[in-house]
Amino acid sequence: MAVAAPVVLDVRGLRAYRYTRWGVVRAVDGVSFALGEGETLGLVGESGCGKTMTGLALVRLLPEPAGRIVEGQVLLEGEDLVTKSESEMRRVRGRRISMILQDPQTSLNPVFTIGDQIVEALRLHHSDGERTLATRAEEALRRVKVAAPEQRMRAYPHQMSGGMKQRVVGAIAVAGEPKVLIADEPTTALDVTIQLQYLALLKELQARTRLAMLFITHDFGIVARMCDRVAVMYAGRIVETGPTRTLFRSPRHPYTEALMASVPSMDGSVARLPSIEGQPPPLHDLPAGCRFAPRCAYVDDRCRREYPPIMPVGPAHEAACWRVEPSPSR
Amino acid sequence: MLEGRAITEPLIRAENLTKHFPVTRGLLVGRTTGHVKAVDGVSFTIGRQETLGLVGESGCGKTTTSRLLLRLEEPTAGRVLLDGQDVHALRGLELSRYHTRVQAVFQDPWSSLNPRLRIRDTVAEALVVNRRVTRAGKLERVEEVLHQVGLPLSAAARYPHEFSGGQRQRIALASALAASPELIVLDEPVSALDVSIRAQIMNLLKDLQARQQLSFLLVAHNLATVRYIAHRTAVMYLGRIVEQADTESLYRTPLHPYTKALFAAALPADPDAPRDDMILSGEVPSPIDPPSGCHFHPRCPFAMEQCSRVAPELKAVAPGHVVSCHLY
Repeated sequence: MAVAAPVVLDVRGLRAYRYTRWGVVRAVDGVSFALGEGETLGLVGESGCGKTMTGLALVRLLPEPAGRIVEGQVLLEGEDLVTKSESEMRRVRGRRISMILQDPQTSLNPVFTIGDQIVEALRLHHSDGERTLATRAEEALRRVKVAAPEQRMRAYPHQMSGGMKQRVVGAIAVAGEPKVLIADEPTTALDVTIQLQYLALLKELQARTRLAMLFITHDFGIVARMCDRVAVMYAGRIVETGPTRTLFRSPRHPYTEALMASVPSMDGSVARLPSIEGQPPPLHDLPAGCRFAPRCAYVDDRCRREYPPIMPVGPAHEAACWRVEPSPSR
Repeated sequence: MLEGRAITEPLIRAENLTKHFPVTRGLLVGRTTGHVKAVDGVSFTIGRQETLGLVGESGCGKTTTSRLLLRLEEPTAGRVLLDGQDVHALRGLELSRYHTRVQAVFQDPWSSLNPRLRIRDTVAEALVVNRRVTRAGKLERVEEVLHQVGLPLSAAARYPHEFSGGQRQRIALASALAASPELIVLDEPVSALDVSIRAQIMNLLKDLQARQQLSFLLVAHNLATVRYIAHRTAVMYLGRIVEQADTESLYRTPLHPYTKALFAAALPADPDAPRDDMILSGEVPSPIDPPSGCHFHPRCPFAMEQCSRVAPELKAVAPGHVVSCHLY
């Protein structure tokens, strides 16, 4: 559970902005975390909090030139990806770090067969002949448990269900045997019984290859099931990180606390759900102090003035809130 | 939570509701080659001030069922009765009255509001179409419903793009409320919203129901949402209701293997929750050519010989709890 495993991905002070005509959208605004071999880190937050931008920044797929990394380091096995050129990145993507996107419909090319698309991904990493590549592609489909892979190779994306397509996307992502896999809400478009199949598959792949996974989601059920550690993101920053159980049992940041309380549970009904009033601030017009202050139940003057640094609150557990500061003044 | 349930004649009664869509082949002269059995003999009731939850995976027919209720589709067989009147036989004035009594809120608040209309015009549309109201009366009613859904009066003069997803869903709700309906069909009302906003809208729905004696048909795939809002819940699979019960007893003791699998697949937000995984093999078969007998038998871990031959009837296993499975 703890980060005893060697760190494969170390993100330090990452800032990625988007320059729009409404102003600078500070989508990723000083994000740091580390990911160990075989570990799953959940990145949770609401839409527009910057989680997808974080994922895209890590693989250097930001919508340039509007979006770009302005500061920070992304160390993949000690090597900084931020300073790499596009042609260098092409050799890194897929082979050492991969990403699965939310919607399998848009990740696959509708006019090529499944086989062509897997072979294309494999060709980037292997210099084998066509025949060998085809065999490897079939093997990749078998690994993600696609039934009848020989026939599926000739199928087009529209002939497959959403769950099947997402398996193919998974097969392409792990074809180059990467060290790090970024999964951006990979099951949001799938039905629940199919979601469970897919999550089990990802776990299996991870157990076999010691893959480090960054799991971007807004679903606490998935976090509870999949992740060793969790980082909660709010308005471009990580406000709390910790081991999954600790975060669920004793959240320290008011946002984490309120967010968890507002999720309805499957057992034991409650008369009324506590809800967080208001909504997240727009990322191009952030408040001066703590970004959660306008919605926080415990807000005081200092919160409105100064952004709290991330402070340790327990073993491997940190939170960015003035209330956790071990201050002698209180 | 379950207070105020009516024992009298239900507001809505669906009887053997069926909708088959023809599948055609050929460009100019279409040949019907089969039927998509979207809804295949579904019966349920919704009482006054009651919420019926309809759950199931995509393609199970829950949205078609709600569209039949809204009169957006004509049933192939069966009928929907509102206060004992066949909804699909209504014409003229009766029909326009029906449209004030039954309203809808859809999933996506980005596409359900007309971007060119001010909020007050969107909200007042149901009034203008279905009732004769004065200008002043219209404005008064708009302000009233905006207040009911917790929006400021200044919202009336603004356009949809100025609002966030949660606020848009409040606007959609306000326009549904404007005509003082008795039933609102809620098709995935919170699934497009963020976690922290969902609770706000769900609480609002509960408050509105209590204050205005509303009935809801809640179509959703998120089981926790349904548990929180619905009094009774029906589970659909390939066009049929496989189990229906009081929400409490259904969630405590699901009986149908599909219900069990569906509940097991809903991941609880608790890292220490017991993991009684029941991972179903395969996917939902095509509704064009559903499996023989019980539609669920190819994926069912408890399938017996007769399951592939005989479709099980809905049987009452406890008061108000019906299940269609040969195990019971």
